[in-house]
Amino acid sequence: MTAVTIESRKPFSLPGWAATAAVLGVAYVGVPLLASNYVLEALLIPFLALSLAALGLNVLTGYAGMVSLGSAAFMAVGAYTAYNVALRLPGTPLPLVLAVAGFAAAAIGLLFGLPSLRLRGFYLAVSTLAAQFFVQWALTKFDWFSNGNSSGVIDTPPLSVFGIGFDGTIGRYLFALTVVTVITFLVHRLVISQTGRNFIAIRDNETAARVIGVPVLRTKLLAFGISSFIIGVAGVLWAFAYLRTVEPAGFNLDRSFQILFIIIIGGLASIRGAFFGAALIVVFPLVLSRLGSFLLGGLFDSGVLDMSQRIVLGALIIIFLIAEPDGLVALWDRFRRRVFPGT
Amino acid sequence: MSFTSKLRSFALATALALSVATPAAWADEQYFPLQSYRVGPYAAGGTGFFGGFIDYLNLVNIRDGGVNGVKLTWDECETQYEVERGVECYERQKTAKNVAAFNPLSLGIQIALLERATADKIPVITIDHGMTATSDGRVFPYFFPLLMNPPSETSAIINYIGQREGGLDKLKGKKVVVLYHGSPYGKETIPIYELLAEKYGFELQQIEVPHPGSDQQSQWLTIRRLKPDYVVLRGWGVMNPVAIKSAQKVGFPVDHLIGNVWSNSEEDVIPAGSAAKGYISLITQPSGTEFPVVQEIIKTLYDKNLGNLEDKKRIGSVYHNLGIVNGILNVEAIRTAQEKFGNRALTGEEVQWGFEHLNLDEAKIAKLGGAGLLQQIHVTCADHEGQGSVKFQQWDGEKWNLVSDWIKPDRELLRPVIEAAAAKYAAEKNITPRTCAE
Repeated sequence: MTAVTIESRKPFSLPGWAATAAVLGVAYVGVPLLASNYVLEALLIPFLALSLAALGLNVLTGYAGMVSLGSAAFMAVGAYTAYNVALRLPGTPLPLVLAVAGFAAAAIGLLFGLPSLRLRGFYLAVSTLAAQFFVQWALTKFDWFSNGNSSGVIDTPPLSVFGIGFDGTIGRYLFALTVVTVITFLVHRLVISQTGRNFIAIRDNETAARVIGVPVLRTKLLAFGISSFIIGVAGVLWAFAYLRTVEPAGFNLDRSFQILFIIIIGGLASIRGAFFGAALIVVFPLVLSRLGSFLLGGLFDSGVLDMSQRIVLGALIIIFLIAEPDGLVALWDRFRRRVFPGT
Repeated sequence: MSFTSKLRSFALATALALSVATPAAWADEQYFPLQSYRVGPYAAGGTGFFGGFIDYLNLVNIRDGGVNGVKLTWDECETQYEVERGVECYERQKTAKNVAAFNPLSLGIQIALLERATADKIPVITIDHGMTATSDGRVFPYFFPLLMNPPSETSAIINYIGQREGGLDKLKGKKVVVLYHGSPYGKETIPIYELLAEKYGFELQQIEVPHPGSDQQSQWLTIRRLKPDYVVLRGWGVMNPVAIKSAQKVGFPVDHLIGNVWSNSEEDVIPAGSAAKGYISLITQPSGTEFPVVQEIIKTLYDKNLGNLEDKKRIGSVYHNLGIVNGILNVEAIRTAQEKFGNRALTGEEVQWGFEHLNLDEAKIAKLGGAGLLQQIHVTCADHEGQGSVKFQQWDGEKWNLVSDWIKPDRELLRPVIEAAAAKYAAEKNITPRTCAE
């Protein structure tokens, strides 16, 4: 984990800006114009939501060096808080709903982050499992959270910001994209700030960090709080913009692992890593599945196809990681340097 | 199929897929998007049900040349019973031409489709399950919990227990435990059991088994402590055999363990071995291969190696027959709609009309070869369930034997519950219910 170093290029050099602007331009203008409903609904919106969750986890795991297996729980806290705020305080503007959901997730995150003051590594990971099980249990047990819906599934209210509806496919995509863009920018500012350096200092050597005057206790909790806030907002996107229904089972341990794998595969301690990893984890199985059913759908049933896709995906992940243990980001940078030397 | 022949067919398929697609020989095609699940903890249900469904569609194509000359087509998208995979499949499959209806066989996926399918005007069929409120067709025009919705199932089970005790008035003071699957499906009936307990005065305890249900130690210890007269098993997949075995371990009499409609298959009892002997469960369609339509499927498909089930022993099993019944209902809805709109491929909206006017009486069912397999069904604009009835069956260690006649749920009691749930949904979503002038 410590193999990753701070990106040493100047963060605000012109090519960086240009690339970001180009990506945003394509995402805001090109994609809504060109992409089909399917691409938006089934690929891009879940990609954005999971990228954001991975970004949140990357703050905690990649930068501050604390492994967490409770990401799905924080997503659930965010989603259910947003639902209850929208339901019980009708008329609350959506940005505020998002913020409240984020803060609720941050509060739960802080609570379950307390063991991090004494535990490290695997022990900490196991203690964050408690969050995973507790939150799911509480959401199932108390039907107040799902407004007494007997099946425990809630239907999310429509999205609108200051009277502008975001209910169409494109609307929900743009909404998710805006939230992700804003938060990504803030995280980018955070990791190059003093706080960000403190995170890295604690990750690389806690004792040394303490010696040079980093407030270890506060920094650790801050990492948990910020990370859970972002993951909570990601949960809102997942529930409101993507699925539009929520059930506790959708936020199970598998989802936590998925988010953890995203950052491991994408690249720890890197903002782009979250996006690269999410793209691989979300988009790749679908591409494989469509290709598989297109080529072989008539011969094998969908079960056999699904199993073989898992084998292919697993093998590819291993190959990627052997080729570049630092994740897809490092692979991409190496590729770019080879193709465009000098950038 | 040996490995080399698989390899050969792989190469052949690749070549075919890469070559230009040949134009279809059929004038018109009606497409069924199947959101199936053949892997994961619920694969037994998925393979049996979708196997039966596909077998029936195939039978109609081969035997009758489609529905009035319209070929039935389908493809499968694996959901693993997971909601987000189901949503992805829906988005993927709905873009095809002439979509007839979705059959997700999952309450969670159905709920995720509520707004999507209504906006896209595509019917969603949830045979023997589905969200309670969707029975009210005035609020949910595109949703059809055909044959039996969860409240009807609940009521039928209680009616059956009452029958066994010698009358519903004898239920007073009895103790009933409901062991339910920790999923939206499992929880759907909690308020209905409470309502019935209040009405008939039996003591009720509902205990959740977390998904997937492979460990039920603590639940059955609680049951042993409670000493109930009956345990209703509202299970799914691997939870069922585990429950039956655990019942035996704590000494609970297995013939007082009553399985619901998703705890009633051969795949639920065979893994439990001798512990399942005497176990009773509810069905909407009996198992067995003696029904003419099942015989035709064997003759037309399985004898020529065209059947969908890999294991021929599962032909005529509970899930397989349910899939066949589901096929009959879907195909007849299309036939009904064709009478109005003409013998061509229909849009989702037109198929919806067909479902809403689906009316199969005994004579029609017999003509379709489904006598004894399927009860008469009459769907209307307001009632999307269709007034089905159920039977109960007992496992003798080898096969299921029917132990009751058709039992009717208490629909007069349930209808207000359904309408209230639908009205609540309509109010939340600002939907004005249709008026059903029929």
